[in-house]
Amino acid sequence: MAMPEIRLENLIKRYGTVEVLHGIDLTMQSDEFTVLVGPSGCGKSTTLRMIAGLETVSEGEIFIDDKPISHLDPKERDLAMVFQDYALYPHMDVARNISFALRLQKRPKAEIREKVREVAGIVGLTELLHRKPGELSGGQRQRVAMARALAKDSSIFLFDEPLSNLDAKLRGQMRAELALMSQRVKKNMIYVTHDQVEAMTLADRIVVMHLGRIQQEGTPEELFKNPDNKFVAGFLGSPPMNFLDAELVEEDGQLFACGDAFKIKLPESRKSLVASNKNQITLGIRPSDLNYDHEARDENAFDLKVIVSEYIGAQSVLLCTCGNINVTVELKSETPIALGETLRFAVRPEGLHLFDRTTEKAL
Amino acid sequence: MIRQSLNRLSPYMFIAPGAIIMAIALLYPLGYMVYGSFRDWDPSQNISETEFIAFKNYITLFYDPAFRESLSVTLTFAFTVVVAELFIGVGLALLLDRNIRGMSVLRTLFILPMMIAPVVVGLMWRYMYHPTIGTFNRTLKSMGLEGVDWLGQNALLSVVIADIWQWTPFIFILALAALQSLPRSALEASRIDGATNWQQIWHIKLPLMMPVLIVTALLRLIDAFKVLEVILVMTEGGPGLSTEIIALRISRTATEFRELGTAAAMSNYLLILLMLLTCAMFVFTKIQEVRAARAARQYQEEG
Ligand SMILES: Nc1ncnc2c1ncn2[C@@H]1O[C@H](COP(=O)(O)OP(=O)(O)OP(=O)(O)O)[C@@H](O)[C@H]1O
Ligand SMILES: [Mg+2]
Repeated sequence: MAMPEIRLENLIKRYGTVEVLHGIDLTMQSDEFTVLVGPSGCGKSTTLRMIAGLETVSEGEIFIDDKPISHLDPKERDLAMVFQDYALYPHMDVARNISFALRLQKRPKAEIREKVREVAGIVGLTELLHRKPGELSGGQRQRVAMARALAKDSSIFLFDEPLSNLDAKLRGQMRAELALMSQRVKKNMIYVTHDQVEAMTLADRIVVMHLGRIQQEGTPEELFKNPDNKFVAGFLGSPPMNFLDAELVEEDGQLFACGDAFKIKLPESRKSLVASNKNQITLGIRPSDLNYDHEARDENAFDLKVIVSEYIGAQSVLLCTCGNINVTVELKSETPIALGETLRFAVRPEGLHLFDRTTEKAL
Repeated sequence: MIRQSLNRLSPYMFIAPGAIIMAIALLYPLGYMVYGSFRDWDPSQNISETEFIAFKNYITLFYDPAFRESLSVTLTFAFTVVVAELFIGVGLALLLDRNIRGMSVLRTLFILPMMIAPVVVGLMWRYMYHPTIGTFNRTLKSMGLEGVDWLGQNALLSVVIADIWQWTPFIFILALAALQSLPRSALEASRIDGATNWQQIWHIKLPLMMPVLIVTALLRLIDAFKVLEVILVMTEGGPGLSTEIIALRISRTATEFRELGTAAAMSNYLLILLMLLTCAMFVFTKIQEVRAARAARQYQEEG
């Protein structure tokens, strides 16, 4: 059974006179795992809560399978939600937490018991069914919240930063479990996070939000390879993309991006830019696209002076300067380098992202 | 050796001043009252001159129909007002727990009755209940209805109403505070789980408020057993013994009948009653906890 398609049309949210969402248009295909990602305060939770029916819609409409639903109560929308703080019922034990929705629906006792056992098995809670939430660890509570949502058998699954209260190790583990679960339980899932690693690993489709607007949507790969604007480029990927101001210059029929301390050759295909008179650009390069190569040719190399080296295992992250701009690069930890040394890094043409300096749109 | 035992004793030494003050301030008056209740004691006598009569005061009281009547009036009064106040107070809190403009003003207005001195409350209600010029009967008559004999035949009901008017706000503000400290997201989760407003109240809000409500009810109950001024001003215990609650009887026994020993014995009966109540409440909650735990385990074994 295909799970429903959710469509947001020009969704606007105002608190009093302050508009926090400025018209969200988004279609979430059935059976898709959509991740809303963006910095704190960008309106992800608000969007999710409007879909859930916990916030009113100021303008625009939400459609589920082409049926407008923004006037419906949460309980009429056939969805389940996992909250950031888990939102368990403190006075009920785990089994009663999980079965609350089913008990409200007055399902037969045997069926409820069967369902509780089933979902408890899925999330690994079978031993803890009689505990109260207060007697559980953070990770276990998180599982209860997940089990409670699963037990409802609804067609839409909403998550609001469900992993953000867990420590790094547990978060990684739960993330993997979640990925596994989302393959097993085919539902339309919408997941909110500010953690781009979570977004990249879990999503079928990522929606990047910023300041109450959608910046770009697409598969993780599309967004990573072809960011629409400087914000998306800088938000996805870790360590983040380097940005260097540059000017387009044409010499001997070749196009170059010239900055304070570099002059990089651009591919032929970029020549149209000069014609359109957009000479002031920002050059974006991911740290992973800069390769240590002392034999690289001038026209596609940066000379970077290492000022800080952060050892993080097999890779080290180096903070360097290029002229007076900071640039981050990654390097195998065994490479012998000294602080203060100037190294040469080569960049491939595919690794060069160009942005308009005023509009910040990709060129 | 000595040093060790000194070390062990030092915490008690620090507690000692507090403990002594507690003992004097709390236990001495109590002890004095208990001691006095075993004696035939007239206010003109020094307590050391009085005669020891063992349990005679208690036994006389036990068979005294007036005291029994007074006890039953007190019980009726206390339980009626507390139950009614709980219903109204919690109901209002559930109703007003929302963000509408002007709500904070309304909430402040609601707690005004509590701030009025009991004597004034008594006087106010006595005038409103007045058979001919009182507010209630005038209103009834202007609507063409019969007046009600408020402080006569219906005296107990009338004082109950006055007490409800004065003390419902107490339960209201505590219930409201409890409501507003409930975890927001759990309530939202219950909406998504499909709970209607009633189901939310019944399955989430009330159970989570219960600890606060139990303590509040207990406080009100203890207070209601000792109520004095309002009833004194309104009815002076009459007509007959119909509104003579225990506190009033104690005060009259001590001042009018000049039997301090009996009055002390009466106070002790009241004290025992209240302690029994508190214990019962405590045991009740404990039993419920144990039962819930057992039910959960059973569920687990069946499942
Ligand atoms: N009840 C409210 N009244 C007024 N403004 C609000 C309210 N709730 C949220 N906002 C504002 O709306 C904006 C979006 O909030 P939202 O909670 O959706 O952010 P978010 O993207 O989920 O951030 P985070 O990652 O920190 O959870 C914020 O700027 C916030 O200040
Ligand atoms: Mg949020």
